[in-house]
Amino acid sequence: MDDSARQHSGERISGAVGTPIPHDSAHLHVSGAALYTDDLPEPRGLLHAAVGLSPVAHARIAALDLGEVLQAPGVVDAMTADDIPGKNNCGPVVADDPVLAPGVVEYAGQAVFAVAAESVEAARKAVHLAKVSYEELKPIIDPVEAVAASSFVLPSEVIERGDSRKAIDAAAHRLQGRVSLGGQDQFYLEGQIAMALPREDGDLFVYSSTQHPGEVQHLVAEAIGRSSKDVVVECRRMGGAFGGKESQPALIACIASLLAHKTGRPCKLRLDRDVDMLMTGKRHDFVIDYEVGFDDDGLISGIRFEFAARCGMSADLSGAINDRTMFHCDNAYFLENISIVSHRCKTNTVSNTAFRGFGGPQGMFAIEHVIDDIARYLSRNPLDVRKRNFYGKTTRNVTQYQQTIEDNIIEDVVTQVESSSDYAARYAAVRAFNADSALLKKGIALTPVKFGISFTATHLNQAGALLHVYTDGTVHINHGGTEMGQGLFTKVAQVVAEELQIDIDRIKITASDTSKVPNASATAASAGADLNGKAAQAAAQTVKRRLIQFAAEHFNVEPSAVRFENNEVLVGGQAIGFAELVHLAWFARTSLSATGFYKTPKINYDRSTFSGRPFYYYAYGAAVSEVIVDTLTGEHRLLRVDIVHDCGKSLNPAIDLGQIEGGFIQGAGWLTTEELWWNEKGELKTHAPSTYKIPVCSDVPEEFHVTILESQANREETIHRSKAVGEPPLMLSLSVFHALRDAVASVSNYQVLPGLNAPATPESVLRAIDGQRAAG
Amino acid sequence: MPSTVSFTLNGEPVSAEVSSRTLLVDMIREQLGRTGTHVGCDTSQCGACVIHVDGVSVKSCTMLALQADGADVVTIEGVARNGELHPMQAAFREHHGLQCGFCTPGMIMSALDLLQTNPDPSEGEVREWLEGNLCRCTGYQNIVKAVLSAAATMRG
Repeated sequence: MDDSARQHSGERISGAVGTPIPHDSAHLHVSGAALYTDDLPEPRGLLHAAVGLSPVAHARIAALDLGEVLQAPGVVDAMTADDIPGKNNCGPVVADDPVLAPGVVEYAGQAVFAVAAESVEAARKAVHLAKVSYEELKPIIDPVEAVAASSFVLPSEVIERGDSRKAIDAAAHRLQGRVSLGGQDQFYLEGQIAMALPREDGDLFVYSSTQHPGEVQHLVAEAIGRSSKDVVVECRRMGGAFGGKESQPALIACIASLLAHKTGRPCKLRLDRDVDMLMTGKRHDFVIDYEVGFDDDGLISGIRFEFAARCGMSADLSGAINDRTMFHCDNAYFLENISIVSHRCKTNTVSNTAFRGFGGPQGMFAIEHVIDDIARYLSRNPLDVRKRNFYGKTTRNVTQYQQTIEDNIIEDVVTQVESSSDYAARYAAVRAFNADSALLKKGIALTPVKFGISFTATHLNQAGALLHVYTDGTVHINHGGTEMGQGLFTKVAQVVAEELQIDIDRIKITASDTSKVPNASATAASAGADLNGKAAQAAAQTVKRRLIQFAAEHFNVEPSAVRFENNEVLVGGQAIGFAELVHLAWFARTSLSATGFYKTPKINYDRSTFSGRPFYYYAYGAAVSEVIVDTLTGEHRLLRVDIVHDCGKSLNPAIDLGQIEGGFIQGAGWLTTEELWWNEKGELKTHAPSTYKIPVCSDVPEEFHVTILESQANREETIHRSKAVGEPPLMLSLSVFHALRDAVASVSNYQVLPGLNAPATPESVLRAIDGQRAAG
Repeated sequence: MPSTVSFTLNGEPVSAEVSSRTLLVDMIREQLGRTGTHVGCDTSQCGACVIHVDGVSVKSCTMLALQADGADVVTIEGVARNGELHPMQAAFREHHGLQCGFCTPGMIMSALDLLQTNPDPSEGEVREWLEGNLCRCTGYQNIVKAVLSAAATMRG
């Protein structure tokens, strides 16, 4: 032991796992110093791109003349599908998504040509000079129309368990119905953007605001007719993504890259908001048909669902999204005899894509709707019917896809929020209020969430990391995950800090970069921290093992006598600074750099039979919402929200709380204020915040009580026993929709089932109220 | 036709050649290189581009650069003093009033304007004031907490 050895101080490192430290970039965010893609210093000779969009939903391009575009001031070049040297495709799974329309346009808003100019303004103005003539073809806009025409992007899928037909026919009570559920624009505040820089030998370096740099890399390489080794993609942060930057950024990056490749100059494409909303995909909207049989207590004996999802003009991620709808149309309920048919409808609308929840919310919406109808039909408190149908812990615990639920805590969660929200008393109070109030009506609802964690495509559940330790004892960490505001980089840094037992400010968090960690999955499925946290931990453990081995040899102690604690390394009871040990190890020629890899254990799933264990575990939550409705206008307000949500052992409770609150409000927007409205020609008419309303600050009630479920370690061995938290809280917002149903039903004194479609805009609520009055 | 616009930006005199159509936000970001002011919706609704012109919050994507001639302009980069975060900035960081951070500069500039005229706002007043600033990540809870906390700090 050298002279610097000293006794260990016994303090904790800063930024340890479980501490509520601020977001790693918070000091930059608040100073305007956090660089988003559009803020990066612009390279010499940068060109700006703009895209010419199809104004029609379905047409053959009869003629396309860019002569005047090319003559416009500031324009340097322009291109169509014919100018693409490689593959004209940016589809992530199926190659059916052209970068630029190849002779036929299939949605209004589809990219037809692209322009590169010396300024943004010059490029955008020049777009309007194109002479394009379209021979219009008949569009299919609506999913019901698509089902009738057998217009699908992928084959319809079926899950069957038991005999639902027989069970329904034999049931004491039967209901059937149809409900429509709107889509949702991601409305990330930072629009889609990419900047492509030519490098030597025809290579490209691409800055992309993307959840999936590896996929952008592969698709850009294919589009310019090169290979993955020739393209590097980097993303330090996104200004929000929510699934909207999972597959969509490839289109933007391909256009910027193709123009950079063609002109030999760097090129940036930033979509303005209207173009972004017209051109890029959204959450799938659905038409849901159901039929259910149940007993006097509301126990479901048989259920049949038929889902028709508007997928748009291409497959994109619609296969996995609709699979997840089929996996989540049980939510927290055991459905013994069930039949699920899922249609993936091809429509002449923008190709719908990932959005937080990834099809799960639509499935859960369906079953919650059925449960609510059953309760109202039986004049029961909906919560009683929900409880009656919950999965059991040891029996009634196998899902329709044959996964045994081993971690069921739904009753604990529901009991806690039922109590903290004073649900029973308020349920009675709402009814008392409504009895005395002619025009204003209140409603209340408690809905549960059980959400499966893992990519349903098993191969995507892998992650890599790269970790360097420098001789001054500081650390550089990189992994395949991306930062979109969810705090992934902070959490992963906390994991590394914990593993190496060094203060978090000794760790540099670095941009996602395809040249550092290759072939990474999208940061999606809520699995970012689960996967990348484990991979980073593995990398840190590798370096740590080498340091232990070195220390044992150098100080002549057993490896078991070497311990890392609070910025120090204890060697046989004596402490040496982490940096000092690192320096000694380097001098003794020890490798201080390592990769880490992780693949989620236990999962296996056979898609051909829709059975197995697609999910490593489940995350749970429950929410109570109370609303008030003006029955003359359909306007409504959220009065109070109570949430209990399961994060396992949280890696960072402050970040997790933010995910719960933000997810809930985003979900409330989906179900109440955010309306995507297409006309009969297939033109989206709500393509800017002037007409497309996401929640604002005053929409959130002052009574908003969010609790993280206490001391519930994940049963599975996830990273420090935490649970994924990105998507599950969004579905807590189903409580808002059902509170509105409750208020609407009061108009008929709870005698008529409310025919409320989502989103429950004032217009939709008013229509449902009219239905109550007409039937009553 | 290009004209020269001169104003004070975060205490420093600046000038640039702009066209009559140039938006103030574009001049600030592209010509003056201050990229902390963000463009979110391009149409004066999201509030990511809020700055102060002569002490009052404005959406800089809805103002022409020429209109700022001779004005005192403050952007998010001019809020901190001597390397120390302003109490409003510190409160947004401490209270987790941000996730992706893209709306944060505009939120802070709007909130600072509120406190100039109403140093002790109620929660409801904060919520109403910030209606013109969209945030897609946080659900606004921590933003409101941050503004109320900063207001308390600034009242001393």
